Amino acid sequence: MDELRKKARALLEAGEVRVVIGYGGGTGDRARAIFVREPERADELIFDGRCRQNLAIYLTRREVKELGKPAIVATLPALKTVLQLAGEFQIAEGGLVVLAPGADGSLIEFKTFADIEKYLAGAASPIDPAEQAEMDRVRAMSPDERWKYWLGQISRCIKCYACRQACPMCYCPRCTVECNQPQWIPVPSHELGNLEWNVMRAMHLAGRCVDCGDCSRACPVGIPLYLLNRVLIGDIESNFHQRAGMKAEVDYALSTFHPDDRENFIR
Amino acid sequence: MEIERRLLKKEALAGLVEKINAAGRKVHAPVCEGARVEFAPIDSIAEADLGYVQTTQSAKNLLFPRVERILSFKRRGGAMETADPDLSALPETVVLGMHPCDAAAIGSLGAIFTWDTQDAFFKARLEKLTVVGLSCAAGDEYCFCASVGLGPGSTEGSDILLTRLASGDFLAEIVTAKGKALVELAPELFLPAPAGADKDSALARIEKSFTREEAGERAKARFDDDALWDGQALRCLGCGACAYVCPTCACFDIQDEGTTSRGVRLRCWDSCGFPAFTIHTSGHNPREEQGARWRQRLMHKFSYMPERQDVFGCVGCGRCSRACPVDMNIKEHLIDLLEAKS
Amino acid sequence: MSDANVYKPSVMRIEKITEEAPGVKTFRLLFNDPEEGRRFSFKAGQFGEYSVFGEGECTFCIASSPTREGYIECTFRQAGRVTSALFELEEGDTIGFRGPYGNTFPIEEWKGKNLLFIAGGIALPPMRCLIWNCLDRRDWFRDVTILYGARTVADLVYKRELEEWAARPDVKIVTTVDPGGETPEWKGKVGFVPTVLEGMAPSSENTIAIVCGPPIMIKFTFIALDKAGFKPDAIFTTLENRMKCGIGKCGRCNVGPVFVCKDGPVFTYAQIKDLPAEY
Repeated sequence: MDELRKKARALLEAGEVRVVIGYGGGTGDRARAIFVREPERADELIFDGRCRQNLAIYLTRREVKELGKPAIVATLPALKTVLQLAGEFQIAEGGLVVLAPGADGSLIEFKTFADIEKYLAGAASPIDPAEQAEMDRVRAMSPDERWKYWLGQISRCIKCYACRQACPMCYCPRCTVECNQPQWIPVPSHELGNLEWNVMRAMHLAGRCVDCGDCSRACPVGIPLYLLNRVLIGDIESNFHQRAGMKAEVDYALSTFHPDDRENFIR
Repeated sequence: MEIERRLLKKEALAGLVEKINAAGRKVHAPVCEGARVEFAPIDSIAEADLGYVQTTQSAKNLLFPRVERILSFKRRGGAMETADPDLSALPETVVLGMHPCDAAAIGSLGAIFTWDTQDAFFKARLEKLTVVGLSCAAGDEYCFCASVGLGPGSTEGSDILLTRLASGDFLAEIVTAKGKALVELAPELFLPAPAGADKDSALARIEKSFTREEAGERAKARFDDDALWDGQALRCLGCGACAYVCPTCACFDIQDEGTTSRGVRLRCWDSCGFPAFTIHTSGHNPREEQGARWRQRLMHKFSYMPERQDVFGCVGCGRCSRACPVDMNIKEHLIDLLEAKS
Repeated sequence: MSDANVYKPSVMRIEKITEEAPGVKTFRLLFNDPEEGRRFSFKAGQFGEYSVFGEGECTFCIASSPTREGYIECTFRQAGRVTSALFELEEGDTIGFRGPYGNTFPIEEWKGKNLLFIAGGIALPPMRCLIWNCLDRRDWFRDVTILYGARTVADLVYKRELEEWAARPDVKIVTTVDPGGETPEWKGKVGFVPTVLEGMAPSSENTIAIVCGPPIMIKFTFIALDKAGFKPDAIFTTLENRMKCGIGKCGRCNVGPVFVCKDGPVFTYAQIKDLPAEY
């Protein structure tokens, strides 16, 4: 933590960045995003197990961009997000400083996106055992059971769009659900509206989702959205050998055509 | 009417639910759903969780459903026929175990739907709703009812307010004629209250950090302090979680579904925090930045509603802060607002 | 239902469609139920919620004058989902209408005064209702001046009426288009409305100014009027905030303590100066 604070202070003092997007203490034992703009406030930065929000969400937000060049305190999923955003031309090398604190108090400053790629290639992405157990349970269901499971989950959706707003890859200024000519996705939070919304979002993230889990954590009614995302991550990986967030250049599976693409699914 | 005090033995609650159900009314109560507690219909008291601190969502869905049909239409021959939903078919409902903040919120919600033009949908639902409130024995760091003129034992909005006494039995305060009518369903269960029944010692201690009047005046005085609002809202994601779990937020959208010859018109929850809420067709947006939208949310609750509808729009339930994915804590921000130098 | 369903629209029939400009049409509407038509009345400045069943509702002022009874008119530009659906309708088709909503221009208080109407683009409709209303009571007022501007000549709406007004000896009318929007035949002015207004050097003496237009035009027109000595309470405008319910419930048009749908859409500049700039 000391390394992080020292670095943040130095970056701000040198004018190398205008804001450090990091974590600070929140309500009770929660951590929250803070935006450190004065060097003397660098000591408010914390980093520990509570710091889970993917802060890369703020890299594309208008109000944060207006503050000037940022440094971002990045967890593993945030590093992946940085690469994916770069691959989608939302951020550029040199436009930000990426700081990855380790659990042991160490700090890595990534100079280039290639360095992040190298780092991630050797890093393990552990999966939460409880989430894996839920995944295994749902996978073992018959299609009928699984359909009922999802209808039950989705019936709780209140369409607050916390999933979308918390998602660093949902940076579209105008979401499909807000496009109404035609009205692709019903606005009301009824069964069809909820189902179409959640399926549409999962599909728009297929191959782009870095599995940070923020959508699930943001959902006030506890819909396990990570399950949808992970199934699609698996499908993209097995069919196209791609995994989002591993490279700063994206040859996006679902929007790139190759003459030798398999077509046997077209019946 | 003057509040009548009765004693409801702890084992009598089950009988009360049975009697209400037998009278053909639906009972909604807090029910544990995994990690969350939510209001849901129950058939027996065993399904209810009355030890909860706060439900994730408020019970406003009972009065202002998240999707509600307000019209249906059908083309017959060349003519378009419109029809109202049949509100007489709504069931009589009792919500049991709602905390005093939520009971008081019904007044705020009602003020929006019944100031000036009368909203028949809200009124029809309210008419059929009886509130059996439950005083809070515990709060958490998000609760601030005492700062908005309420308290863990406020009777405001409840038809009957239950308070669990040290013995485990409930002190029942019968507040309204509706409450009295409910007692009539099972008069034998409502025993005379012991003279020494001590309500106060059964209540949670909720700190009073400010008054709602102060909060409103301060918010108004600091309206033009962009640095304050933008600073608070910098981490805000612009989702609708706060508004949708809030017991008094009432902004809505109107949407048509179906075809041009047959369909329905629906009223759906909406939120002033969404970037697109106020956007004009031209693309001009009167509240372009999240800071302005966050300010709108606070101003509406603490300044505009008191000014226009003579009620406050916040009951200190703390739901918005608990539900916020990025820990926007309304109580903390209100305190900051009061402390900020002018 | 003991209270009436306030969201239930009347069914109206499109009697006549006029193409005003590219993408802009005026509908003349009659109530399907003649009894409803007889009961209906409104005043200048008020608006309604017009619907295409199955597509939704949208908000426009009533563009015809309350002095012309038996029908109402609305003028709209094809832009969003509902206006695009409206645009496809033909004479004889039905639409829904709820209203009238909102407050009104205090015309009776303007007796004996000069009137200066300033409108921009598609914002002439709210003004047209008022202009006809005032012209139908022409003897109540002294000088009547109309300044109307649009982006291009093609964008000017109510062209026949502009000619009709121009032909009247008791109305002074100035039309203008934004620089670059003129055609070789254009005989009006070229320049933005606030600039042209300054050039006209209007007297504020015993004069009421009524301004309708896009937010940016309104902003600079207020400045020009202020310079010309107009008192803030002698300047009227309508706010065009997004609305859904029209009856002070849905929260969309809330600006400060004001609901544009209930307390407006008509405001004086004096009132607007006290509001947050969220319009």
